[in-house]
Amino acid sequence: MSVRRLAADQPEGFAFTPENLEWARAEMKKYPEGRQASAVLSILWRAQEQMGGWLPEPALRYVADLLGLPYIRLYEIATFYTMFNLAPVGRHFVQVCGTTPCWLRGADEIKDTCRRLIGAPGHVTPDGLFSWIEVECLGACVNAPMAQIDKDYYEDLTPESLEDILESLKAGRPVTPGSQIGRQTSAPLGGPTTLTDPDLYPEHETLEPASPALTDAEAKRPGAAANLRERPVQKPPIAKDRKPRQK
Amino acid sequence: MLEDKDRIFKNLYGLHDWRLVAARARGAWADTKTIIERGHEAIIDEVKASGLRGRGGAGFPTGLKWSFMPTKFDGRPSYLVVNADESEPGTCKDRDIMRHDPQLLIEGAFLSSFAMRAHVSYIYIRGEFIREREILQTAIDEAYDAKLIGKNNVHGWDFDLYLSHGAGAYICGEETALLESLEGKKGQPRLKPPFPANVGLYGAPTTVNNVETIAVVPDILRRGATWFASLGPPNNTGTKIFCISGHVNTPCNVEEEMGIPLRELIDRHAGGVRGGWDNLLAVIPGGSSVPCIPANQCDDLPMDFDSLKALKTGLGTAGVIVMDKSTDIVRAIARISYFYKHESCGQCTPCREGTGWMWRVLERMARGEAEKDEISMLLDVSYQVEGHTICALGDAAAWPVQGLIRHFRHVIEERIDARATKPIAPSVPVAAE
Repeated sequence: MSVRRLAADQPEGFAFTPENLEWARAEMKKYPEGRQASAVLSILWRAQEQMGGWLPEPALRYVADLLGLPYIRLYEIATFYTMFNLAPVGRHFVQVCGTTPCWLRGADEIKDTCRRLIGAPGHVTPDGLFSWIEVECLGACVNAPMAQIDKDYYEDLTPESLEDILESLKAGRPVTPGSQIGRQTSAPLGGPTTLTDPDLYPEHETLEPASPALTDAEAKRPGAAANLRERPVQKPPIAKDRKPRQK
Repeated sequence: MLEDKDRIFKNLYGLHDWRLVAARARGAWADTKTIIERGHEAIIDEVKASGLRGRGGAGFPTGLKWSFMPTKFDGRPSYLVVNADESEPGTCKDRDIMRHDPQLLIEGAFLSSFAMRAHVSYIYIRGEFIREREILQTAIDEAYDAKLIGKNNVHGWDFDLYLSHGAGAYICGEETALLESLEGKKGQPRLKPPFPANVGLYGAPTTVNNVETIAVVPDILRRGATWFASLGPPNNTGTKIFCISGHVNTPCNVEEEMGIPLRELIDRHAGGVRGGWDNLLAVIPGGSSVPCIPANQCDDLPMDFDSLKALKTGLGTAGVIVMDKSTDIVRAIARISYFYKHESCGQCTPCREGTGWMWRVLERMARGEAEKDEISMLLDVSYQVEGHTICALGDAAAWPVQGLIRHFRHVIEERIDARATKPIAPSVPVAAE
């Protein structure tokens, strides 16, 4: 069990922006009548995003009122689920996976890098830009070691590549999520050993590489433009060394 | 080796477009209407005949699980819940399905729901998979727009599919904890019976299946149970996505035939063990919950449920964690114990207290600060945790410790001996957390 408590310093109050409130009401409609409590995790997550990465106590009471739940249910949930941060975090929140598959491939060095560049776990840098913690398995084990920074996974890290990423974020330069050593997602380094038969794929498909999902389901900070996306540019999937099938 | 034409996940690595148009060109949503015209029972029978066993870890026969669902409407709706809360250390297969081949999952959810007479299905994805969630939601929207799912869809079976997400609790991958979480509560597992097929989500009949299980269903129904059953050894049929991580030259995910020898799997796809096969120390063959096995058991080891069970370990989620001779095996297992200590939901005393106790003892043992008779005590405590909890997390926390002591007791003993010859530094007392 992880023991977690609410922060000592809490803001006065909390209310959703009109857009987020509308979004929350739509989320509640996913569930049958009378089961609106099911939406609690996604609505809390949206509240956390609106607050810039953490959940103050007034937000818990606000969401409880929205869903018609006793306050204690929200306190239970916020302290049980570890993705809810109960104290402020940095503008860029770095979560380093330290579980065995990542540990085997050097997660300790990644943690040391964070300690050197950011400070102790949970500490927010004076400029408010960064904080980091160690988390349990993030589910990208074949791309170990890895870290989640904000919403994206940064994989196949080395202390050097992590330092580069953090410096780029600090300077406001774009960063590329995913593998940092040029691997195609979870394929072996050097190229796939399977799925190489071109007959599997129809011709037209190679003409149109996939682009990342565009959604406006992102939480907006108060006052932010509706089309503002924090997301760095994702590397589009590419079909290397493969020619369109000839008919 | 499995031929490319027999692979189900043709876009495992995201080299191609994941969108609906491209997925259909690769074969998704072909003949779906013909399949559902066969009827509910025929689909369940086909899945039973294919021998498909659940891909989430336990390996329970999927068709049998589906047949537990009621066939007569008693006023309560039926639900299919897809378990996408992939958090088992060493496992990262469902992520690739959701971000690169989401239509297979959506079509599978549709067909499985039809087989179980469910009109509504929820996918519960782990909270950290934010980008995967965006892609999956876009894919669901595309399927709605194309009238493949939704009310009055082209297939004639009303079906709504909703995406819900967690917030960082490993335990929510346990099916009843997942249902609790989906109902908007703390994810603490429920006692069974009643099983979810009788009393599940909102008290209604529910089946919970893993992402990979659901995503292979359309291909089984399209290509036939005979095709699927022809792959892999008897009772362990089909293909499986293996995740090979740890000390290999090129860690990767790969879809292979069940029963592929471990050595072939590692050498062919993962570039071999770092420093060569002889440098292998141990392997955890199925995600962190299963006991490790030493190198001398790995030479001709078929990777399937029954062969691994015979070695007192398991296929689990097929997350193969490879450790070479440079590994401090005690520390590796201690880190796994910390994981379970962190993720225990706190409901049952043996697990809440036992996971922390086992971790603290293992941390001391990793430093050699222990007595030799504590090894037997640790083993004894692990048996006190195993089987004495509501859900299997207690078992999952106990098994790695048991595997360590079963195969590497000598390593712990040597470390204690080495430490005993040195002066003992004052140790920092660690309070129970």
